[in-house]
Amino acid sequence: MATTPTPGRRAAIVGGNRIPFARSNSAYAQASNQDMLTATIDGLVARFGLQGEQVGEVVAGAVLKHARDFNLTREAVLGSRLSAATPAYDVQQACGTGLEAAVLVANKIALGQIESGIAGGTDTTSDAPLAVNEDLRRVLIQLNSAKTLGDRLKALRGLRPGQLAPEIPRNAEPRTGLAMGDHAAITAEEWEIGREEQDELTVRSHHNLAAAYDRGFFDDLVTPYLGLSRDSNLRPDSSMEKLAKLRPVFGTGPGATMTAGNSTPLTDGASAVLLASDEWAAERGLPVLAHLVDAQTAAVDYVHGGEGLLMAPAYAVPVMLARQGLTLQDFDFYEIHEAFASTVLATMKAWEDPRFCKERLGLDAPLGRIDRSKLNVNGSSLAAGHPFAATGGRIVAMLAKMLHEAGPGKRGLISICAAGGQGVVAILES
Amino acid sequence: MSDWYRDFANSGVGTTITRQFGLPRPAVLRRYEPGEPLLPGPAVIGTAGGGRLRDALTRLLRDAGVPVLSPVAADGSDDGERPAAVLLDATGVTGPGQLAAAHDFLAPAVKRLRASGRVLILADPPSATDSPATAAARQALDGLVRSIGKELLNGSTANLVYVPDGAEASLASPVRFFLSGRSAYVDGQVLTLSAADVPAGEDDETPLAGRVAVVTGAARGIGAAIARVMARDGAHVVAVDVPAAGESLAAVANEIGGTAFQLDITAADAPARLVAHLRERHGGVDVVVHNAGITRDKLLVNMDAARWNSVMAVNLQAQLDITEALLAADGLLRPDARVVCVSSQSGIAGNRGQTNYAASKAGIIGMVRAWAPAFAGRGATINAVAPGFIVTEMTARMPFGTREVGSRINSLQQGGLPVDVAETIAWLSQPGSAGVNGQVVRVCGQSMLGA
Ligand SMILES: NC(=O)c1ccc[n+]([C@@H]2O[C@H](COP(=O)([O-])OP(=O)(O)OC[C@H]3O[C@@H](n4cnc5c(N)ncnc54)[C@H](O)[C@@H]3O)[C@@H](O)[C@H]2O)c1
Repeated sequence: MATTPTPGRRAAIVGGNRIPFARSNSAYAQASNQDMLTATIDGLVARFGLQGEQVGEVVAGAVLKHARDFNLTREAVLGSRLSAATPAYDVQQACGTGLEAAVLVANKIALGQIESGIAGGTDTTSDAPLAVNEDLRRVLIQLNSAKTLGDRLKALRGLRPGQLAPEIPRNAEPRTGLAMGDHAAITAEEWEIGREEQDELTVRSHHNLAAAYDRGFFDDLVTPYLGLSRDSNLRPDSSMEKLAKLRPVFGTGPGATMTAGNSTPLTDGASAVLLASDEWAAERGLPVLAHLVDAQTAAVDYVHGGEGLLMAPAYAVPVMLARQGLTLQDFDFYEIHEAFASTVLATMKAWEDPRFCKERLGLDAPLGRIDRSKLNVNGSSLAAGHPFAATGGRIVAMLAKMLHEAGPGKRGLISICAAGGQGVVAILES
Repeated sequence: MSDWYRDFANSGVGTTITRQFGLPRPAVLRRYEPGEPLLPGPAVIGTAGGGRLRDALTRLLRDAGVPVLSPVAADGSDDGERPAAVLLDATGVTGPGQLAAAHDFLAPAVKRLRASGRVLILADPPSATDSPATAAARQALDGLVRSIGKELLNGSTANLVYVPDGAEASLASPVRFFLSGRSAYVDGQVLTLSAADVPAGEDDETPLAGRVAVVTGAARGIGAAIARVMARDGAHVVAVDVPAAGESLAAVANEIGGTAFQLDITAADAPARLVAHLRERHGGVDVVVHNAGITRDKLLVNMDAARWNSVMAVNLQAQLDITEALLAADGLLRPDARVVCVSSQSGIAGNRGQTNYAASKAGIIGMVRAWAPAFAGRGATINAVAPGFIVTEMTARMPFGTREVGSRINSLQQGGLPVDVAETIAWLSQPGSAGVNGQVVRVCGQSMLGA
């Protein structure tokens, strides 16, 4: 059933901040999720003069999360320069976390429940939680609940050396056991996404991101952290020749196309976006870069339903377009998160495909082609990296700035795929 | 960064040793703390010549809670208390003969001056007379004050302010500055005031309240100190530094409740971006401090173009371009704006290995003087501050010998602190400093270099 948009107040995107993204086990190897989120919020506070300010709510999350971080965002707020009276809560929707957080904050602002809020996300693959393996966990629980020395010794007698091996979190789907990249490789093969077009998209991502840094575009979006002032995955000199040398790491056989170059690497980082009502921003002399117009989530059955793990955004976008009475071509910028180059290409191919659009999306006509010159024009995750929960905030703040610079009435589309067969998409307008 | 030698010289055994061997005895300087009185003791005011400022000075001091003693009589009898400041009103001297009165007043008074005391002489500018004898007498005071500065001990300073006819209203702010702990490291300076509309009723504790101040190079060193002092004095500080310094820039901004604006001031669009930022966020700007600066030292014969050009771009061209852009942006630079440009002792004295740096810093002085009349025309001011040896991370990396010599060859026998430069800049930024324009104030402890 199609929903109808409710006219009313829209949340403004005032600006954002992120720390440069670092490749796993490099610059931020010693930083925790809380460290990174706190630093990112503090950078936002410095940019907008929010010292001691009580914002309506801070909403953020992490995908790889320690048990001790049960109140991650609130702890980050308490460690930041915001007023300690600022409430906060955690969310988690895999790679959609950051964008979902922004939608949640924006919705409360639109409803008038809060006047301002910060949405964010942080992830570290360096300081990731290591769990004790399941057998050891049971032994330790028994040991803890044992009342007598005898019981304790008995529990310990159950220990075997193999049980000491930790469980390292894997970037794999629990229901299929397949790595996300292997899922993406299946989709790439299904949609016949070639190696060359993936590498082309990758080169463009690096060149676009480098050019944006060079012209100072990120000066008011990024604050250096721990000695890093640009994303450490960025290769300004990336080229087709260099990428062609890489061997496929996902998929099998001669048809395998996905390499470490055209897939995002494991990355550490955090981002935050400041949202508010227009009035709140005006009272503080803060800019309104864009408004969040609408958002949509979708999920697909990648386990039994024959759909690709990362194809949910392809379903979410048409629902949102219909609600807004827009076509896929009605946008000035497209931000399609580059989990893998092949994911972006498969998504766009699906939207151009009459059969997919008719059979899967139930549309009379295909959504059609996206003007590639409007796609990820300042680089995306292939170049910047992708600290899971931080990607949404990176894109929202950046797109809002792009729209603001382009002038009033410009529109941008965000599409983010997430683990578990989910997708989060949104529309921003200046 | 502590001054180990100063601390030693002021310790029990250090006092004995330094006295015995005639070694330098740098004092612990009296520095400004909010809430402290202007002076830690009374002042004494004397005259030579007509002395048209005496009454105004007396009122100013009494208003500030400073007791004013009568001058020490020729027979040495006095009010009993030792003065913390000795002021000589020498306005009206018409010839060298009248200078004897200056000597008569100063000698016994200065003898009784307290530690971290102040000698301040006020006179008419030598240039404002056609009479060679009058000009000679007025100029003589310049030599007198500089020599007193070199004779004073225990952290005391001597400065001279030329007050042209009609500029009397401009006097209060510089007098307060020179007497207070804000001028701790400003010594042997000669300032010429100009007539200006000076706003009445200034708040001494937060003279910059409600003002928006841009400080470039604010992520560390002297710039961070300027940002802190400006914020302490009530300003909202827009802290500017290169994006790569953003982490410490954000820390400074958060510490002082200001905002961080990451900007390479040499970027082609930097002036436009700063203008847009100030317009959008603040609607205008009251104070601009051009502090960002770099050194790329090499002997002239070995200097490559990159070294020359980068120093010129940051230290001089960016100051010109940004100031021009602010002036051109309609209504952005508020009418009573204050622009302060950080020059350097090297720009006055020259320095081996610093042809590029010294040229850029001397250029700043030329720029400030040329712009001063136009600024005065709109009720604004533009001044240069030239730091001497200031103890920063940069100087901490100098070889021990160079650092020791560099920090001792001034009348106060020690290096200054970033806060000393900051206090001077914050003072020039006050609305009440309207009559200080086109001046170069050295914060150098009366350095022997370029003096
Ligand atoms: N330290 C001294 O003894 C001394 C003496 C005389 C003059 N000065 C002058 O005082 C000023 C501050 O000196 P400091 O000792 O604090 O130096 P510093 O190197 O500690 O700080 C200078 C700051 O300026 C910033 N900066 C450099 N290039 C920039 C650019 N293109 N855009 C924006 N910011 C830029 C730097 O990042 C740095 O944070 C300089 O102008 C210097 O020439 C210093």
